[in-house]
Amino acid sequence: MSFLPFAVAAWLFIAGLYGIVASRNLVRTILSLTIVQSATYVVLLGVGYRNGGAAPIFADIPAVTKAVDPVVQVLVLTDVVIEATVTALLLALAVQAHKRFGSLDPNDLRVLRD
Amino acid sequence: MSITALPVVVPLVSAAVLTGARRWSPRLVNDAGATAVSLAVVVLCTLLLVRSLHHPFAYWMGGWRPKHMVSIGIALSVDSIGAGLATFAAVLVTASLIYSWRYFDSIDGLFHALMLLFLAAMAGFSLTGDLFNLIVFFELMGAVAYALTAYQIESRGPIQGAINFAISNSVAAYAMFLGVGLLYARTGALNMAQIGAALDGHRADPLVIVAMVLLFAGFLTKAAAIPLHFWLADAHSVAPTPVCVLFSGVMVELGVYAIARLYWTIFAGPLGPHAVSLRAILIGFGAVTALGGAIMCFTQRHVKRLLAFSTISHVGVFLCGVGLLSGAGLAGTAVYIVGHGLDKAALFMMVGILLHRFGSLDEFDLRGKGRALPLVGVLFGAAGLVLAAFPLTTGFFGKSLLEAAAIDGHYPWLPAVFVISSALTGGAVLRVGGRVFLGWGRGDPGDDSGAREASREPDEETESRDRTPPSMVVVPAVLVAATAALGVIPGLVPGIERAAYGFGDHAAYIGWVLRGSARFPAVPHTHLAAYDYVYAAGAVAGAVAMAAVGLFGPGVRVTLARGALAPLTGAVNGFRDLHSGHIGDYIAWWTVGAAVLGAASLLLLT
Amino acid sequence: MSRCVRLSVFALAATVLAAVLIVGFAGLPAFGHFHGVDGNVIDGVGVTERHATDLVTALNFDFRGFDTLGEEFILFGSVLGIVLILRELRDEHQGPRLEEADEHMLGGASEALRLLGLILVPVLLAIGGYIVVHGQITPGGGFQGGIVLATAPLSLFLAGRYLRTRFVAPHTMLEVGEAVGAAGYAMVGIAGLVFVGIFLKNFLPFGIPGHLLSAGQIDVASLAVGVEVSGAFLVAWSEFLDQAIMVRRRRAQ
Repeated sequence: MSFLPFAVAAWLFIAGLYGIVASRNLVRTILSLTIVQSATYVVLLGVGYRNGGAAPIFADIPAVTKAVDPVVQVLVLTDVVIEATVTALLLALAVQAHKRFGSLDPNDLRVLRD
Repeated sequence: MSITALPVVVPLVSAAVLTGARRWSPRLVNDAGATAVSLAVVVLCTLLLVRSLHHPFAYWMGGWRPKHMVSIGIALSVDSIGAGLATFAAVLVTASLIYSWRYFDSIDGLFHALMLLFLAAMAGFSLTGDLFNLIVFFELMGAVAYALTAYQIESRGPIQGAINFAISNSVAAYAMFLGVGLLYARTGALNMAQIGAALDGHRADPLVIVAMVLLFAGFLTKAAAIPLHFWLADAHSVAPTPVCVLFSGVMVELGVYAIARLYWTIFAGPLGPHAVSLRAILIGFGAVTALGGAIMCFTQRHVKRLLAFSTISHVGVFLCGVGLLSGAGLAGTAVYIVGHGLDKAALFMMVGILLHRFGSLDEFDLRGKGRALPLVGVLFGAAGLVLAAFPLTTGFFGKSLLEAAAIDGHYPWLPAVFVISSALTGGAVLRVGGRVFLGWGRGDPGDDSGAREASREPDEETESRDRTPPSMVVVPAVLVAATAALGVIPGLVPGIERAAYGFGDHAAYIGWVLRGSARFPAVPHTHLAAYDYVYAAGAVAGAVAMAAVGLFGPGVRVTLARGALAPLTGAVNGFRDLHSGHIGDYIAWWTVGAAVLGAASLLLLT
Repeated sequence: MSRCVRLSVFALAATVLAAVLIVGFAGLPAFGHFHGVDGNVIDGVGVTERHATDLVTALNFDFRGFDTLGEEFILFGSVLGIVLILRELRDEHQGPRLEEADEHMLGGASEALRLLGLILVPVLLAIGGYIVVHGQITPGGGFQGGIVLATAPLSLFLAGRYLRTRFVAPHTMLEVGEAVGAAGYAMVGIAGLVFVGIFLKNFLPFGIPGHLLSAGQIDVASLAVGVEVSGAFLVAWSEFLDQAIMVRRRRAQ
């Protein structure tokens, strides 16, 4: 049971990569990228958890209470903001791709190649 | 030193100001303001560089100094290599901003703001001493780069290039997050020196190795090592020229820097006993990248794509240098990065002149048209020779350091790899120069319609013009002169050598970051040997020969199709076909690369 | 590569990569047994030295404030990118004028929906403002509160009033607001440099932990980030909505 979060994270990473490789629609590719990132959230938050620990908010509990690690929460916060912005940027590109190429299939988006 | 954070903060604030004011500020104000900020960052970084030459130092944000070797704040750990890279980045950004004064017909403050954000990210990346901060600046570089790649949104190519770039680099970043999570779980720290100190003295167990694999896979993607390289050619083909200058000149090299930095601060302790195997892995990737990139480079007719593959090839050489895991290898790589960056920047700018003037990027379309630009032609030829490591240029000194390091490191076949890749990449550039500026060589063979279409797309809001503004010629001229001459400035190359040896001292780094102490290792003096000139002459001669073959021989695809070389041609064509533009293919190969790195590391390093 | 080949190559590589990941993760401490050093130190130091009771926010804006600077500029830069990518092209023009536009893409919103949108605005603004301002005491802070603040105009957009709202809060105002927020955070850091000598060092007086305005610069930084985040997301949503509702291809001459 104590390994489950990390196994889930590994699965999410691989499943997301599969989504990017196999999808026939750009929007689905972008959402698969989001799934890859979820793996990082699970690992980071899973790493910081302490059994029986309280949230690191000491407004109503004394400051010496055992708490979960606050650093990973900050890392995940940063991670989430980054994901939101990169996804938004990619979706904007998808909008233009649809207008310019007339399709969202990666097979059709291939002007550059050797 | 209180100005330490300013090279990052000043361009960030300026970018915000430029964005807020962009509806009202005219082009002149944007140009002048952005260039002035960029110059200011050059000055700031130079001050940091000078100070760090005496004594590398750490600057703790918010005043949170470490207590008992435990750090809770973020540190900028400024040593000469980091400060030097930041300065180099600022110099290239300034050059490309000056170049874009006249290059674009009309741009608004968005371009300048994005360039300044890019500068801030590169400066932060080079100066930081915190692992998560490194990834944050990696992502900032990335996000801005994706936007800049898609700048010419009118055409279809930039959209595809930006999408492939964004997805590839984002996957890389997520792998790095996983790596950081693993290291944090083991050591409870995010500061690189503290992580290194915590891992010292322990064996390298699978967790540490997999953390290394994940982090390196991410940075190898940024550095465009084969098979993680597919995004780079697409991105370079379509990004505006001033942006390509930065991508090839310094952004890709930062990936190599990060690998070196992570090894020497974090992994040198646990992986030190296995250095021989790790060396083999890194040099394996490096050599394949150097040769594969060089071959792809020579077969291109889209000029920007050709230069992109040449960058990939040189990054392979840099990886070999770093992969030797020695101070000498680091020194050679550092010098070579400077020489290559200046030269590649100049080449891209000259290609931009061709595009600006004649509206095409296809080698055969441009045939003979360059006769109207004799000065540019001379510079182009000079730059091509420098790319082949012509003796006494900066690149030559870097190469010779690398060759000495390779031989000392028991890799005697590595210099041959360097010579072959220089000959092919230099030859490709000289071939383009001959065809475009002198009109030599055959006409259009009529094959490869896909590449022709891509290079004919209406690029960069330009149509053909009849004059080239002087600022667009002066900047590359200065860069070519710099790359030819910097190496001979007395004290410069030995100074970089000293800095590189300091970089490679694991215990010293932990000392000056966490305790403020400093200790300078003894630096053996490297002298130029006769064989350096032999190798360089070989590379230059090879480049000229390859150029001649390319110009006057039958087409590449035709020549090798006969006889004993048929399987080789088949392999080359097969490799070319892999560059299909399909993001699914790229990520599949990314997975292959990561899997190979992971399996090799786990098998060889435990 | 054909789809079949691509998937086979990937399947093989993914199996190896999955094995690598599992082997690496196996070395992690069991879930719930983390014993890191940094976290303990910060737990001890955060309240006593910074008078902040929400340690996540304290970390975000003080201890690791430099990361937050980078992160908010990632947001800033990406939104600039979106503005760049979705800009009006030569063969497009901004379509219908206010009077002619079909406000709600789905063919007109019902009166109930429009009313609900209006009612939600002050509620969301209050919640968002509360979260931003109390960031250093309870869970929240600039990022979280900023998003909630941004949803206030968004509920107007979704309730079918996009064009009118756009007229009231044009892009320029949002962009300037976003830039002010971004620069504001950096200026807080610079103020630390100017007044106390170190970038991002706290220079404002502290109050009693648990009260508003108690944690020095953390409060101000949180506010700046709140402004920036709400501005950024509103700009991004406006760009996308413009593309959907306003931008039309120019008819061929």
